[in-house]
Amino acid sequence: MSEIIETHLSILLKAVFVENLALAFFLGMCTFLAISKNVKTAIGLGIAVIVIEAITVPANQFIYAWFLKKGALTWAEGLLPVSPGYFATVDLTFLGFISYIGVIAAMVQILEMFLDKFFPALYNTLGIFLPLITVNCAILGASLFMQERNYSFAESCTYGLGCGIGWALAIAALAGIREKMKYSDVPPPLRGLGITFITVGLMALAFMSFSGIQL
Amino acid sequence: MAERTAKSVIVDPLVDNNPIALQILGICSALAVTTKMETSIVMAVAVIAVTAFSNLAVSAIRSYIPSSIRIIVQMTVIASLVIVVDQFLKAYFFDISKQLSVFVGLIITNCIVMGRAEGFAMKNGPWLSFWDGIGNGLGYGLVLLFVAFFRELFGSGTLMGYVILPLDRNGGWYNPNNLMLLPPSAFFLIGFLIWLIRAYKPEQIEES
Repeated sequence: MSEIIETHLSILLKAVFVENLALAFFLGMCTFLAISKNVKTAIGLGIAVIVIEAITVPANQFIYAWFLKKGALTWAEGLLPVSPGYFATVDLTFLGFISYIGVIAAMVQILEMFLDKFFPALYNTLGIFLPLITVNCAILGASLFMQERNYSFAESCTYGLGCGIGWALAIAALAGIREKMKYSDVPPPLRGLGITFITVGLMALAFMSFSGIQL
Repeated sequence: MAERTAKSVIVDPLVDNNPIALQILGICSALAVTTKMETSIVMAVAVIAVTAFSNLAVSAIRSYIPSSIRIIVQMTVIASLVIVVDQFLKAYFFDISKQLSVFVGLIITNCIVMGRAEGFAMKNGPWLSFWDGIGNGLGYGLVLLFVAFFRELFGSGTLMGYVILPLDRNGGWYNPNNLMLLPPSAFFLIGFLIWLIRAYKPEQIEES
């Protein structure tokens, strides 16, 4: 039992700090840079990303393990009039991208309707950021890393949650720095996007001090 | 908007309206692949191909797409094209495809592709959209190559795998700058590139 907790804790901490999607893999950068002008909206977006990551990564893991992986379809042999081993060599991995993005788009849509119906307050806070999440690379990236690393279903739940938390942490921190930076005298050509890039670079350097930590 | 010619839609995104430096699009998958010139060139070509053909396809069917489901339709077109590119790379450039790992798949959510499909191809004819896709892909590739040039030259002393600055650990004189191989250097380089472009073209400066 303690071993299982240990693996999960290690995956969670790794996803939040060591392999932070935003600062170590540059995923979700477009939204990261565009919507980090103030802390409040940044936190709203961060929460939305946590929820979506925690749902889509396990959902995609399920699809990968039961439909796409080589030999994954063997369970369907009993249901169809085919000889045993008929599906053993079927490899649908190449359909991964299109099914993952489909799942993500659908999940975002469902979550939007669900929140609208049952949690209107939260829905109004998130507002426009919900649909935007579909095209956030961090979401698809987490699913692709999940496939590459062969996580089990339980592990992918933890991983999705960790990725979301890490991303939310990074965007909230950047938004805080940018709010403070309004009072600084930045050279005109560097204002806005330029200085943001350099700030993110420095943040990434700071986050690199987590690398090499073995859990 | 003034009448736009094929030439203007190709040249514009290179410096004047660069997708990375000005539109803040497509940064996501760009930075992690720029430690080497070789991978960046492959990545740039892949993005140019996907942007151009998705623009062409989306523009060709633009009057048949109901606007409520247009995002999903565009996503499907883009995802199919990316699958083709991915399979092509796996078949003919297996090593590079391994190095790019998940970043080929992430072209799907590359905002350049999506942004151009939504912002340009839905309003313009197929031919012009095709050239617009090529232009924006080139603008993206240009930044990628700029970053990769400095990272590979100063980080490993090579360009395209050929030794330019002999490393001291191999008996040469150049002591490589390891920072250039680490992720943050890409941010600094792009920051400086934006600084350069905006110092040269002051009308791009943001008021903040």
